[in-house]
Amino acid sequence: MDAPTTDVVLPATSLRRKDLLGIAELTREEIVLVLDTTEAMKEISQRQIKKVPALRGRTVVNLFFEPSTRTRTSFEIAEKRLSADTLGVAVASSSVVKGETLVDTAKNIEAMGPSMIVLRHPASGAAHLLSRVCKSPIINAGDGLHEHPTQALLDAFTIRERKGRIAGLKVAIVGDLLHSRVLRSNVLLLTKLGAEVWVCGPPTLIPMGLEQMGVHTTSSVDAAVEGADVVMMLRIQLERMEGGFFPSLREYFRVFGMTSARLKRARPDVIVMHPGPINRGVEIASDVADGPFSVILDQVANGVAARMAVLYLLAGGGADNETVA
Amino acid sequence: MKRLLRGARVVDPANGVDGLFDVLIDGAHIRKVGRDLPVSLAEGGQIVSLDPAFVICPGFIDMHVHLREPGQEHKETVATGVASAVAGGFTAVACMPNTKPVNDNAGVTELILKKAADAGLARVYPIGAVSRGQAGEQLADIAELKQAGCVALSDDGHPVSTALLARRAMEYAGMFGMPLIEHCEDPSLKGEGVAHEGPMAASLGLKGIPGIAEAITAGRDILIAEMVGGHVHVAHMSAWTTLEAVRQGKSRGVKVTCEVAPHHFTLTDALLAAPVPYDTDTKMNPPLREQRDLAAMLAGIADGSVDVIATDHAPHHADEKNVEYDRAPFGIVGLETAIPIALDKLVHAGVIRLPRLVELMSVNPAAILKVPGGSLAEGAVADITILAPDQSVTIDRTAFAGKSRNTPYHGWTFRGVAAATIVGGRVVYANPASGIALAAEAR
Repeated sequence: MDAPTTDVVLPATSLRRKDLLGIAELTREEIVLVLDTTEAMKEISQRQIKKVPALRGRTVVNLFFEPSTRTRTSFEIAEKRLSADTLGVAVASSSVVKGETLVDTAKNIEAMGPSMIVLRHPASGAAHLLSRVCKSPIINAGDGLHEHPTQALLDAFTIRERKGRIAGLKVAIVGDLLHSRVLRSNVLLLTKLGAEVWVCGPPTLIPMGLEQMGVHTTSSVDAAVEGADVVMMLRIQLERMEGGFFPSLREYFRVFGMTSARLKRARPDVIVMHPGPINRGVEIASDVADGPFSVILDQVANGVAARMAVLYLLAGGGADNETVA
Repeated sequence: MKRLLRGARVVDPANGVDGLFDVLIDGAHIRKVGRDLPVSLAEGGQIVSLDPAFVICPGFIDMHVHLREPGQEHKETVATGVASAVAGGFTAVACMPNTKPVNDNAGVTELILKKAADAGLARVYPIGAVSRGQAGEQLADIAELKQAGCVALSDDGHPVSTALLARRAMEYAGMFGMPLIEHCEDPSLKGEGVAHEGPMAASLGLKGIPGIAEAITAGRDILIAEMVGGHVHVAHMSAWTTLEAVRQGKSRGVKVTCEVAPHHFTLTDALLAAPVPYDTDTKMNPPLREQRDLAAMLAGIADGSVDVIATDHAPHHADEKNVEYDRAPFGIVGLETAIPIALDKLVHAGVIRLPRLVELMSVNPAAILKVPGGSLAEGAVADITILAPDQSVTIDRTAFAGKSRNTPYHGWTFRGVAAATIVGGRVVYANPASGIALAAEAR
């Protein structure tokens, strides 16, 4: 049982696209395919020997231009569980430091023949830029304020796992909507799958025109949380306060922080999510983060499986890997 | 030398002329415009028979270009810039002072004029900096700039930093009859924005620049112009709110004029997402805005609120644009696409008629800058743009005469093109595709 065997059935299909740049490009069917594949990958992650040879002989480069612990670790573990050779490249990126351009860096890495590039970059659209200049598949691991598709996929998987469905659920997303790529990817995914999405934050952190993405916008946490099946909190970064978006962290918590009292308005079986890293006492009270409704650590666990699914499906999945044995 | 252009349509709104006329050029000046001028008038010169499909206009003047010299010659030089101008049908350009070093002194102005004279194609009118080094602190030596040949003042690239400095500039420059050309933008509202603030920027995760960032500074300067009796010219207007501010100013008799760039009456921020997501050739300042703004620009062009079409020709090297959207410099080139766009999207589309286009691209810029041109009256300079309004052209940026290729219009087809450009009586450009019986002449 513990040997890498074929007892898990992975879908003999693939995402028929070169890259995963964002949820925006995915169809509903493709999203469901990733979620179904995630389920199979989760089974692998629960074995004692958590490894299948699906990506054996392939090299995945994790090209990170932003500090990241969770996402980079999650991708690396996912890659290793699929038997890929992985390489992490952390590049200091500063708009004032002159040096090699992103395009040149990527072309140099590509010249060494990787099978895939996982890119995290502070500029929105960076993954799109690389997809135009690189032949290798690009997986967007977060581009600026734009998208973080694997986060939305793991979130959707977590919701589906807990609730059995996504369509018809009320999902409240509360926090810094302006600077959040997690928000954009989640809104795109959840609305495609038929959830009713409410987004909530101070008006200074709600981008103009966000409602055109098909969400209800409000600055009333109570209205957002009322009857919610899912409450998703977004991280508040200290520098936003310095940017004058709100007066103080203390006041932010007073108006928007998720407390047990506020959560009472949600459905009794609500789940509370957070993409991490959490700021205790800023956007979320500790008793909520650690409480019975919290699925925050499930999200982290599912992240590995969701990323395995994306890697597997983009690498050709069943298309040129008849079996995973 | 005399030259008689026969048989074409002449559109010269400054003199109320629109019809089939002959134009007699004598040396560097217009001698006569009339019906069926006798060939003997051009005795010893050249007689050119033109198809009536060609349109002879007073030379088009682009009052907002960046020639990049001195300092950024990898993007453009004065020589390549004027080559681009005449290939696009412009007989003159006014160049912004944000060179390196800044054109805030006679030395830089003279250098630009010397390079322009050496190139000998389009006329070049330098615009001097309002403030020393464009730093927004202290007025530049404006009398010196005027004497050296500057025709207007601007801190383009940035707004004049404070209301007080804008006031001082308008008061002081008024003494020399120079307009203040304002890059209207409230820096605090612009912040780190790279795209129009709205649903498109929200979905692309780009930081936004609201339309009112422009209107607020325009409103400030219109009020100042009203108080001190100055002349403010609003550069590259893009937002409907700015147009409202300009209209209000004009209705109160304020000396305010404004220009719109072709991209702001033809493109919206939808182009940032498709066909090429995050294409940096869609990044310019002010940014491509929404349909409401585009519709307002067209309305302003049609109803006379807009005075000028100017390109904001902003060349950048391909390497500088082949980067992340946030990092790419703002700007696109415009000299070699403006006439096709304007003929197609304004005249053929029925927004305006041809004489109005000639006002927007020749008569009005000449009047605002107080430079020769804008008229084919007897004795006027023989600066002429000849249009082939029905000739289609597909924009090919690889064939541009200018040095840079940063345009979102590559591959677009427009109806209408410049057939020839005549500066001071000399044919400096002839478009072989138009079939015109003229050829570019050496000096």
